[in-house]
Amino acid sequence: MTEATLGAPGRAKLRRLNFHVLGPLLALIVLIILGAMLNPNFLSYGNVTNVLARSAFIGIIAVGMTFVITAGGIDLSVGSMAAFVAGVMILFMNSLIPYLGIGIPLIMAGMGVAIITGFAAGWMNGFLISKVNIEAFIVTLGSMGIYRSLVTWLADGGTLSLDFELRSLYRPVYYDGFLGVSWPIIVFAIVAILGELVMRHTAFGRHCAAIGANEQVARYSAVKVDRARMATYMLLGMLVGVATIMYVPRLGSASGSTGVLWELEAIAAVIIGGTVLKGGYGRVWGTVVGVLILSLIDNILNLASIVSPYLNGAIQGVIVILAVVLQRENKSAD
Amino acid sequence: MTEAVLSLDGISHRFGPIQVLFDVDFDLRPGEVHALIGENGAGKSTMMKILGGYLAPSEGDVLLEGKPVRFASLRDAEAAGIIMIHQEFNLALQLTVEENIFLGRELWRGPFLDHKAMQAQSRTLLERLNCPLDPREKVSNISVPSRQMVEIAKALGRNARVLIMDEPTAVLTNRETDILLEQIERLRAAGTAILYTSHKLDEVKRIADRVTVLRDGHRVKQADVGQLTEHDMAEAMVGRELSDLFPDKATPQDETVLEVKGLTVPGHIKDASFKLHRGEVLGFAGLVGSGRTELMEGVVGLRPATGSIKVGGKALKPGSVLAAREAGLVYLTEDRKEKGLLLGKSLRENLTLLALDRFTRVAIDSRAEDRALTRAIEEFDIRAGDRRMMAGNLSGGNQQKLLLAKTMLAEPDIVIIDEPTRGIDIGTKQQIYGFISRLAAQGKSVIVISSELPEVIGLASRVVVMASGRIAGEVEGANITEDAILRLAMGLSERRAEAV
Ligand SMILES: Nc1ncnc2c1ncn2[C@@H]1O[C@H](COP(=O)(O)OP(=O)(O)OP(=O)(O)O)[C@@H](O)[C@H]1O
Ligand SMILES: [Mg+2]
Repeated sequence: MTEATLGAPGRAKLRRLNFHVLGPLLALIVLIILGAMLNPNFLSYGNVTNVLARSAFIGIIAVGMTFVITAGGIDLSVGSMAAFVAGVMILFMNSLIPYLGIGIPLIMAGMGVAIITGFAAGWMNGFLISKVNIEAFIVTLGSMGIYRSLVTWLADGGTLSLDFELRSLYRPVYYDGFLGVSWPIIVFAIVAILGELVMRHTAFGRHCAAIGANEQVARYSAVKVDRARMATYMLLGMLVGVATIMYVPRLGSASGSTGVLWELEAIAAVIIGGTVLKGGYGRVWGTVVGVLILSLIDNILNLASIVSPYLNGAIQGVIVILAVVLQRENKSAD
Repeated sequence: MTEAVLSLDGISHRFGPIQVLFDVDFDLRPGEVHALIGENGAGKSTMMKILGGYLAPSEGDVLLEGKPVRFASLRDAEAAGIIMIHQEFNLALQLTVEENIFLGRELWRGPFLDHKAMQAQSRTLLERLNCPLDPREKVSNISVPSRQMVEIAKALGRNARVLIMDEPTAVLTNRETDILLEQIERLRAAGTAILYTSHKLDEVKRIADRVTVLRDGHRVKQADVGQLTEHDMAEAMVGRELSDLFPDKATPQDETVLEVKGLTVPGHIKDASFKLHRGEVLGFAGLVGSGRTELMEGVVGLRPATGSIKVGGKALKPGSVLAAREAGLVYLTEDRKEKGLLLGKSLRENLTLLALDRFTRVAIDSRAEDRALTRAIEEFDIRAGDRRMMAGNLSGGNQQKLLLAKTMLAEPDIVIIDEPTRGIDIGTKQQIYGFISRLAAQGKSVIVISSELPEVIGLASRVVVMASGRIAGEVEGANITEDAILRLAMGLSERRAEAV
């Protein structure tokens, strides 16, 4: 405790409000203003749609990641998991063409497979972590390697491509939309809103925070700790499935390099948004802001040629570290 | 009169807008044991933290040998010979006993830590406290009272000029308390100034030279201990007259609500059987380490156990705290900091965690939660400066009240309370005893585990005594005496000692 915070707790409170609650939001607004100043096209319909639609994959996954991290866990496997789910989905759809024909039912079946595969992969992680009691970092580091290698193997080192005709039918799921808003954005928005509601207003969200804050207390308070923890990984797996459904129509293919580093981007977004890395406190809206910040940086660097886009990663890194430093500032003010 | 070694001059302190200390003067002399007493939330811990250099006061001065000081860090305070043992433990759970005792002043041998010397010294310190702990044991694996002994060993090892102890005996049994008091006398004879708080007034009477009473942040009394009776102290603390501490005992009914048969908790409990009746207050006594907590944790599904547990005649699903709660059986832990409360969360979230489903349809009804908090604050007299504060910022006693409120919110038929009044002031104790006996009168059943014998004797209509993981016997009605209980509690352990 420092003297300043003791002497002026009112100010400390204000500062906490600024940095902790509004910090990410302010950063986002600054970025938007900066972008608009640097390039007049920045706020155009096309650019905004493009940025948001690209954010959607990471965003949907990051919403699930928020729950995992809030409950004191971590999942490094989501990037490879997405690639694996995409691979399975493409193979499955291609091989069903003779039976279902090229049409809506086949696409629905493919979506079902994606969600089930993601769910199963998440279940596997969750099972090993909460029932077999292996550390989350280890389990998901392992499964990250497994899924990555499986998809490379399925593709035989190359690329798995969706049947060409099927692809044209599926494409609108990424490129079209409803009332001018493209589907990935709509799905992302729905997932985010539901996620925020679940985190803030349901017993599940409360239990996740309790487990992350102090697992013992949760156990003594009749919380089904194992079950809730498993549920966070299953939820995340399922959302990886949803993200893949939106991703496959974009390129119509999957390979060993699909989804590389998505896990880090998702985790970074969660942390920038103000969720505490060691668990106990999480907020989904913050994660959404975090995702937007990350993709805006990318976008601005590409549009305005002041700084080389190759430095994108460096700038994102600085922001993640800064976010954590601000989190700690807040801790010591308590 | 000897000169004061450490004193306070016109100290006031505020946490945010809330003032908790008002213009307090205080002095502590070498070679005296000074007791600081007061109700929960009176400001005792805050005052001690200011004395110990943990907290800078909002106003006023701390004087060391008459000169104002302001410790920049704990190291400074320690270097000046001022050592403090906190009410809430300050041990690193993942480190060993030895590492904790020597934390921050490790012994070196060349470039390496001298583990041998540190272990030997730790062992000597623990032996002085009659506490046979292995210095290599991890602190997370030892019991709460043992942790307190480690804290004390840690302080003893630092050659204090001033030793400040915040409720050191709250978690200790009589025997351990005796050992601690002996050590205190030894330090006093060596000229150490000792300040300590306790809610056990008999202990204060026994050991202290002078007493200072705080009420709502004001110093209301300071006197030599000889001038005050226990009753005087209690009344000075609460500021009103106090009637009998224990209410009348209710008569239990015949119906058995909980039947435990042949329960074995591997590593802790062998073949324990007991019954609990409707409307009964059943006491569980025994020395620390006799397995009372482990037995009850086995009963409610917090520990793997074999044997039969029947609630209202129906077998209880094993290993599920939730199933126990749904059957109306809840357990209130003795370890409020590690197992009871989420210290970094709000009062509201803590209060409703156990009974959250009662506030939930699809979403949590936070307005209903708020109403529940208002009721709990009233019913349990929780003194929170601000109802949005974190549970960890409540005073120790008020945390205990919050934990009690949280447990009762689940509307249990059977409540197992482990150390119900640990760290609770005498006025509130009376409220809690009244509360327990009202529960029994309403036809609920209560098991009280307590290391304070007067408490078990004053509350329970029947007492089960445990010794080394077994049930050693049972006393009932007029046979419940301190003597009878102690004989049962010791008897078995002595026989075992012979066998070894
Ligand atoms: N960090 C904090 N922030 C806000 N309020 C605090 C903080 N620490 C203590 N308080 C408040 O200060 C008051 C005095 O607390 P303190 O811990 O000194 O009481 P105490 O006399 O030691 O009580 P107990 O016997 O229950 O331990 C309480 O009302 C408490 O809620
Ligand atoms: Mg205190």
